[in-house]
Amino acid sequence: MSDGVRIILPGVLREFAGGLGELVVPVVDGTVSLRTVLDTAVVARPRLDARIRDETGALRRHVNVFVDGQDARRAGGLDASVGSGAVIHILPSIAGG
Amino acid sequence: MTQKTRTTETTPTAQTLLAIGTRKGLWLARSDDRSTWTLDGPHFLMSEIPSIAIDTRGRSPRLFVGVRSEHWGPTVMRSDDLGQSWDETPEGAMRFPKDTGVAVERVWQITPDVHDDEVVWASTEPQALWRSGDRGETFSLVRGLWEHPHRPEWGAGFGGAAIHTILPDPADAAQMLVAMSTGGVYRTADGGKSWNASNSGIKAPYAPDPWPEFGQCVHKVARDSVNPARLYAQNHHGVYRSDDNGSTWTSIADGLPTDFGFTVVAHPSRGDTLWLVPITADRERVPPGGQLQVQRSSDAGASWVTCSEGLPAPSYTCVLRDAAAADNHEQAGFYFGTRNGEVYASADEGGGFSRIAEQLPDVLCVRAAVLR
Repeated sequence: MSDGVRIILPGVLREFAGGLGELVVPVVDGTVSLRTVLDTAVVARPRLDARIRDETGALRRHVNVFVDGQDARRAGGLDASVGSGAVIHILPSIAGG
Repeated sequence: MTQKTRTTETTPTAQTLLAIGTRKGLWLARSDDRSTWTLDGPHFLMSEIPSIAIDTRGRSPRLFVGVRSEHWGPTVMRSDDLGQSWDETPEGAMRFPKDTGVAVERVWQITPDVHDDEVVWASTEPQALWRSGDRGETFSLVRGLWEHPHRPEWGAGFGGAAIHTILPDPADAAQMLVAMSTGGVYRTADGGKSWNASNSGIKAPYAPDPWPEFGQCVHKVARDSVNPARLYAQNHHGVYRSDDNGSTWTSIADGLPTDFGFTVVAHPSRGDTLWLVPITADRERVPPGGQLQVQRSSDAGASWVTCSEGLPAPSYTCVLRDAAAADNHEQAGFYFGTRNGEVYASADEGGGFSRIAEQLPDVLCVRAAVLR
């Protein structure tokens, strides 16, 4: 898909996205920030947003976001550039016992 | 599940609900006779449950649980059908205003008000107090405490930065006491607009000045059910009573096997009666002498009775600050859960215990209520 960004959700978050495993966010102006993509994806889905970001807007510590396979934390965090056609994976980190 | 043989139930038709919050989910135990229990769960498997309230005000009970996922963050869930279904405020029941620059990490306490059935109080990490005027659907930050000049010096105990005690005053709706670890006791007399530290007499043995104005590591405070000006505090070493609504505190540790522990519970209807679960010391967090036990006083801490019938020895477990509770039967049931996932119940105020659950994750909190 060249005119949008695909966001792949883990199974545990799909109940907060109406059962969808994948969200598509239109991107028409070249690249936008990851923050903008997420802002668009969670409109009308506040419970999904709350699982991914806290109320300051920061990514939760044990939530990993990959943009085209690259860890967004190593590419500018929420300011990371996301281009049309990109694939974003949201995944829980390996943590706990 | 195990079955209990002793019962002293006075209202056999009333169901008792015991909610058990653990490191990895919530279980609900029910009993019609406090002898045989059924266990329902887990709810919210793999999420921590650090707080529970069973709100029995109004026409039907409402359960509140603080839920915290290590991955997906904290939230407050509600149930109006005793746990058959759960609801969550879509925009979040509790969110820090943007100007604070912080986020809720954990909901430590949920407390129904004693004056207004629509009011629910809650407290969080970072240390903040919250008020709901719509029976727990949305909460507002209590700015008076948040903006207290002491706040930058409040610390985090091993369990986190917790306001763990919220005690509205049944004698005066404008008064309230909260307690935190570390920070100590704070009180308001003007409905939360202003707060004063209230730790006179509570020792901080780990500090260079052992008698500071604030900074004490108070582990839990309970209010006497008959005399609301009487309070009991389990401190990080030290057990105290206040007879002046928290203005001053005096030790009631004489006669106890140890003055360390995390929890204190007041009898729901009989004055001067309270329970503690003693732990050997801060450097030795196991039961005294290896005997899991409860200490009960019926004279406001002047003397203590060891309650250990039915409890294991040797035991090397621990009972956390919110992992003990009493029900509100006339002869109160007393319940506690351990860090090794066992839950013990007594239908006769600690006279004898039975294990009603085992092999659970470590128990963080329990709450009990009679559903009439």
